Amino acid sequence: MEILLSITSGLFLFIGSFLCISGGVGIIRFPDFYTRMHAAGVTDTLGSAMILTGLMFQSGDLLVFAKLVMVLLLILLVGPTTSHVLAKAAFHNGLLPQGLNTLSKSDDKEDTSSNT
Amino acid sequence: MKHTISLFVTLAAFWLFNSGHYNLLILSLGLVSIAFIIFIADKMDVVDQESQPLYLSRNIFGYYFWLIKEIIKANSTVVKHIWLGKKSISPALRRINISQETDMGKVIYANSITLTPGTVAIDLVEDEILVHALIAKDIDSLENGEMDRRVTLLEI
Amino acid sequence: MLIAATLAIFVAMLLAIFRGIAGPTLYDRILAVNMFGTKTVLLISLLGFVMGRPEFLDIAIVYALINFISVIGVLRYSDTDQFKHRQSNDKPTEKEL
Repeated sequence: MEILLSITSGLFLFIGSFLCISGGVGIIRFPDFYTRMHAAGVTDTLGSAMILTGLMFQSGDLLVFAKLVMVLLLILLVGPTTSHVLAKAAFHNGLLPQGLNTLSKSDDKEDTSSNT
Repeated sequence: MKHTISLFVTLAAFWLFNSGHYNLLILSLGLVSIAFIIFIADKMDVVDQESQPLYLSRNIFGYYFWLIKEIIKANSTVVKHIWLGKKSISPALRRINISQETDMGKVIYANSITLTPGTVAIDLVEDEILVHALIAKDIDSLENGEMDRRVTLLEI
Repeated sequence: MLIAATLAIFVAMLLAIFRGIAGPTLYDRILAVNMFGTKTVLLISLLGFVMGRPEFLDIAIVYALINFISVIGVLRYSDTDQFKHRQSNDKPTEKEL
């Protein structure tokens, strides 16, 4: 039972580490701000969820478990709010996404003219 | 009344899980601070259906399970495209229509869009959301309306 | 495995710092700072388990709250002129951060 728990926890921690490093690589590799935001979203949602779940398997104490759940809920509730505020501030201050498809590019021009 | 009780239960659980000391002095201090917070919240007139959305709790757990599944799927897609490089992505920006009536439903929908990696809700005006997506196909699947339908089911 | 995960978080924080230094626009920098803060929360939790002192989780909760408030606080001023995105000059905004 003990061994099974530590193996599961190690697996979760491994996936979480891989996702966090992937998000870090994505934030370096992607071409413009909006695409980088998606890469940061990977580490904010599933990356941290996996690592905190892995720690939950090792907690062995109700209080520690509850605090881990609290940190996880906080991250999951706060993450979308922050990225939405950031994206909205960037868009309204005139930072346009690059490399859009031709089809949505016409849409995009209408959007900005009606918006600002 | 039931909103006040729900606020009390939430705050009490928060205090109990954070403190870890259960003697009489600490517990009574907790009770006093909870009472103080409920008093202030009542004065501010924020103890209502908006801050304690109890009517959501019937269907919200099924929605959470579905959302977790979606988040895992979206994450694997985005990670795949991170390692494939910038040639493989096709960013898109489009307005999509939403069918929710209440503010709560709209906010839940926009937050769910932002929470799934690969799509970010940039702006919410009336009944349209401006969405930026890493892969243009993601917006098409949003327009198909699976998530929209599920959020609309929540608000009845 | 705990130590390996801690090192992985360190690598992710390092990459975020690179983006924060290199980032062409102000918003890239804010994004990098936000990601750095989230990673710090994870790092504190992991270090608490590595050192066998789960009390560190309290600090992690407080740090998550501070991170949220600080990012929202910076973006609160996004209506002002200094946040306008200009194509030509890259760093009009180092004072804010």
